[in-house]
Amino acid sequence: MALESIHSEERVQTAAKPQGDVIVVEDLWRTYDMGSEQQVQALRGVSMRIKHNEYVAIMGPSGSGKSTLMNLIGCLDTPSQGRYWLNGQLVSELDDDQLARIRNKEIGFVFQTFNLLSRATALHNVELPLIYNGTPAAARLERAKESLTDVGLETRMYHKPNELSGGQRQRVAIARALVNRPSIILADEPTGNLDPTTSLDIVRLLDRINRTGTTIVMATHDDEIVDQLRKRVVELNNGELIRDQHRGVYGAQR
Amino acid sequence: MRLQFILSEIWIGLRRNLSMAISVALVTMVSVLFLGLGVLSQRQVDTMKDYWYDRVQVSIFLCTAKSDLPNCSAGAVTDAQRKEIRSQLDAMKPLVRSVFPESQQQAYDRLKAQYKDSPSYRDIKPEQMPESFRVQLSDPTKYDVITSSFIGAPGVGDVQDQRRILDPLFNVLRGLSYGALSLAGLMVLCSVLLVATTIRQTAFSRRRETGIMRLVGASAFIIQLPFILETLVATMVGTALAIGLLWAMVKYGIGYLADKLPINFITTADVLTVSPWLTVIAAGLAMLTAWFTLRRYLRV
Ligand SMILES: Nc1ncnc2c1ncn2[C@@H]1O[C@H](COP(=O)(O)OP(=O)(O)O)[C@@H](O)[C@H]1O
Ligand SMILES: [Mg+2]
Repeated sequence: MALESIHSEERVQTAAKPQGDVIVVEDLWRTYDMGSEQQVQALRGVSMRIKHNEYVAIMGPSGSGKSTLMNLIGCLDTPSQGRYWLNGQLVSELDDDQLARIRNKEIGFVFQTFNLLSRATALHNVELPLIYNGTPAAARLERAKESLTDVGLETRMYHKPNELSGGQRQRVAIARALVNRPSIILADEPTGNLDPTTSLDIVRLLDRINRTGTTIVMATHDDEIVDQLRKRVVELNNGELIRDQHRGVYGAQR
Repeated sequence: MRLQFILSEIWIGLRRNLSMAISVALVTMVSVLFLGLGVLSQRQVDTMKDYWYDRVQVSIFLCTAKSDLPNCSAGAVTDAQRKEIRSQLDAMKPLVRSVFPESQQQAYDRLKAQYKDSPSYRDIKPEQMPESFRVQLSDPTKYDVITSSFIGAPGVGDVQDQRRILDPLFNVLRGLSYGALSLAGLMVLCSVLLVATTIRQTAFSRRRETGIMRLVGASAFIIQLPFILETLVATMVGTALAIGLLWAMVKYGIGYLADKLPINFITTADVLTVSPWLTVIAAGLAMLTAWFTLRRYLRV
């Protein structure tokens, strides 16, 4: 079922090796060198597959390696060991420019801290990915507005991040993540800075995006939200994958 | 549109980092200034050498009745010896361009004209002056051919090369220019280190912005470009200031001297000749430093 979404022509065309899965990681390790022979093993041999259009919650206590895994999946970081196929393409074989193109076209990022340019308007923030792939100005503006409208911010386009609430900022970030119609959205604790009601709104928004054919991987330690979602749950502890359950809830039997 | 966006980013970057940009520009200015001074003084030495070596002569001093040189124990030069020396000189034609015989009286007159008011030469008499052949060479570096042919020849007291009088002067000037070049080397090292530190700090203070650029998929080149262009703008401003200073120094400083002294000096044309090289060196070093530093300290 690989590459069947409506925007498949924009994808990096590859012969899908492990058939059908958008994300395949195999024995992934990530070791941080802390100098003076000290090392932190943030990930210790994680293997998993994520199918197209799945909605996966990555859970685990703080420091369990969720962000490390998300950064590897998002091609923002490279593993110390192990292999990763994205849409059938072995990521270690890609050069910097190809990785940048993948981050631009294939992956949308959402973070706990929003990661918006503070001196730019919501509209400009959403335009950024389009600026860097050379989309002409008119098309850029139109698509950024469309994307902001999709997340319900049509009346806040010209506000700067500090003029928006936390939930609105996260919507801007989601609009930016969506603007190139990526196949994957990676959300690393997207509700971490939000109150429960707003958190639920954001998760529902992600759920809606998921139904339009976008794979979503969300790292979170908010068990209430995960319990409500009843989606696939992958749990990390101390850098190791300790549970992978479909329609899981956090409080389930281990 | 994308270009305009990048340019405005650079402008914002330079403004936010103004004190850094100014220090890079100034240190670059001093380095390029010393580099330029070194190169220009080398050219000055060459210009003077061309001028003076063309005019210097080898003097063959003949024995006079009063000379106490060891070669002259046989007494004053005879007519036959003088004729022999002259015909030997004429036989060395392509190397020997011209020969002026100078009598004791002519040497005396020249001395009197040169040191009109000097008391140290007041009591000198024409018969105390040497008689000589002043020999001009087509290739002044081959003076030792003359020296070896005539030193110790009958009637020749001494052979003197005027080059040897000028050489200490040229050596001092060369020394000065090497000094300027060494200082330039040190200053260039300082600039390279400053540029590297500046870029490193800027990369650190902008890690949030560059992180955002990375995650929205800006290419490595686009992420690095503002750093490289900002460095280039700062170093080129410094280089332009240095070239302007060099030009003014030559135009007004050397120009003033050239009006007063009968010496060939470098001109602003020399500054214009070396400026492109100075610019290329400064730009090249800046880009190289930026590239290495960014590879090390900027995640792309
Ligand atoms: N850049 C880094 N340098 C060193 N250690 C890091 C770095 N990032 C994360 N770590 C360490 O790796 C482990 C996993 O971190 P992280 O993936 O951020 O966990 P989580 O997102 O689940 O809270 C932690 O022990 C953390 O201290
Ligand atoms: Mg985290």
